[in-house]
Amino acid sequence: MSDAPASTALKAVAIGASAGAVQALLHVLPALPAAFPLPVLIVVHVPPDRANALVPLFQSKCDVIVKEAEDKERVAPGVVYFAPSDYHLLVEADGTLSLSLDEPVNLSRPSIDVLLESAADAFGEGLIGVVLTGANDDGAVGLKAVTDAGGLAIVEDPAGAFVPTMPEAALRAAPTARAMDLDALRAFLLSLDAA
Amino acid sequence: MRDVIEDIEIQLLLEALFQRYHYDFRHYARASVKRRLVQARQQLGFTTISAMQEALLHDAETLPRLLNYLTVQVSEMFRDPSYFKALREKVLPHLRTYPSLKVWIAGCSNGEELYSLSILFREEGLDQRTLFYATDINPAALRAAEAGVYPLDQVRKFTENHQKSGGKTSLSDYYVADYGRAVFDKSLRAKTVFSDHSLVTDAVFAEMHLISCRNVLIYFDRALQDRAIGLFRDSLARQGFLGLGSKESLRFTKHAASFAPFVPAEKIFQRREAA
Ligand SMILES: C[S@@+](CC[C@H](N)C(=O)[O-])C[C@H]1O[C@@H](n2cnc3c(N)ncnc32)[C@H](O)[C@@H]1O
Repeated sequence: MSDAPASTALKAVAIGASAGAVQALLHVLPALPAAFPLPVLIVVHVPPDRANALVPLFQSKCDVIVKEAEDKERVAPGVVYFAPSDYHLLVEADGTLSLSLDEPVNLSRPSIDVLLESAADAFGEGLIGVVLTGANDDGAVGLKAVTDAGGLAIVEDPAGAFVPTMPEAALRAAPTARAMDLDALRAFLLSLDAA
Repeated sequence: MRDVIEDIEIQLLLEALFQRYHYDFRHYARASVKRRLVQARQQLGFTTISAMQEALLHDAETLPRLLNYLTVQVSEMFRDPSYFKALREKVLPHLRTYPSLKVWIAGCSNGEELYSLSILFREEGLDQRTLFYATDINPAALRAAEAGVYPLDQVRKFTENHQKSGGKTSLSDYYVADYGRAVFDKSLRAKTVFSDHSLVTDAVFAEMHLISCRNVLIYFDRALQDRAIGLFRDSLARQGFLGLGSKESLRFTKHAASFAPFVPAEKIFQRREAA
């Protein structure tokens, strides 16, 4: 039924979001079942110097486990990992996570490009890369890396996005990406569970 | 296909760097090393990583340039003020009981962390009895640490951090402004040994009461983290303290049992008595 690749081949979902991120993610994450078959890695642009409020917010609303990504931890299915504020989040080839204090990329730390490029490297065609609402173009280079590595690229349909700039930029960089509104994205992710 | 080739080239370049110059990045967290090598290749104008490797082996100027990519010099004075506050309020009262102290700042970058600790120890009246060791593998960073000069526009942030850390003095007491730069008082480093020391390849060199190693271990893979933490364990006096970066932990190391959490929220640990 679903046109998603067989979920045995899939390894992870990586999502980037900026302005409007919380509303967009609220549309999607609470719907995921506790047994969601993939790890979900998320970079949201949040100001540094601020305790990451996303984790407690989504913990209280989700069935999947929600946590802040820790350095050198191994990703597991059914767990949502948020990048800590002021650190980049990267995926290593062995499926563990690394944090870094490298300079901001696209004026952002964490940066969506850094997550998507390293995840594309680590998971190749097993990666689903997603770029949601945002007012900059972080994630565009990363989403192209996802498609170059044979992964599946998705952008939030700019027509309905809170701020269309970021999904538009990602779509320009990765023209084969599928545009979906948030309902479709949610249904798509749930179809992975059914597979 | 291209990426597979690049991965091979990166492995070979790191091997060349080790064999030729004894800088060992082979077990650094690879995703970030790769990003920075690709960036170096682009910015230094090489078409391939292999071409960059050739320059590294045959042209002496390439090594320092590449080191500036491979080591990340991002730091701040009193970065994470709550860490320094915890040192001030919880750790220093213990250190005060010793007649002389040794403090090691491992991976000191351009010296920001050293000057922070030196100011903290002076404010708490412990500076006279303390010897600091500031070590790093990047010679340019060590030179900058020894100079203690920072752009004035960064100093605003340093000042704010210092206040939040419970600073008892004004940061401006410790530097003079000079053409857009803040030149820190050299008395702050009067009792500091600056040294080229690698947590990957070098050994224990003194017995420490406090080791502060922040945001260095995140760049290592697990095996290398184990090595460095073993080195810290062997370098610490009985009941000595180890402070890590705010996103670093002892969770994944085999030496976890050698340390007791002291201020867990600030990643400050205490060496347990040997079993
Ligand atoms: C991100 S900076 C951290 C600076 C400072 N400690 C802080 O937290 O603000 C990392 C530093 O670790 C140094 N470093 C990298 N590998 C090292 C090694 N093997 N031994 C010692 N220092 C190392 C780098 O040169 C750099 O100065």
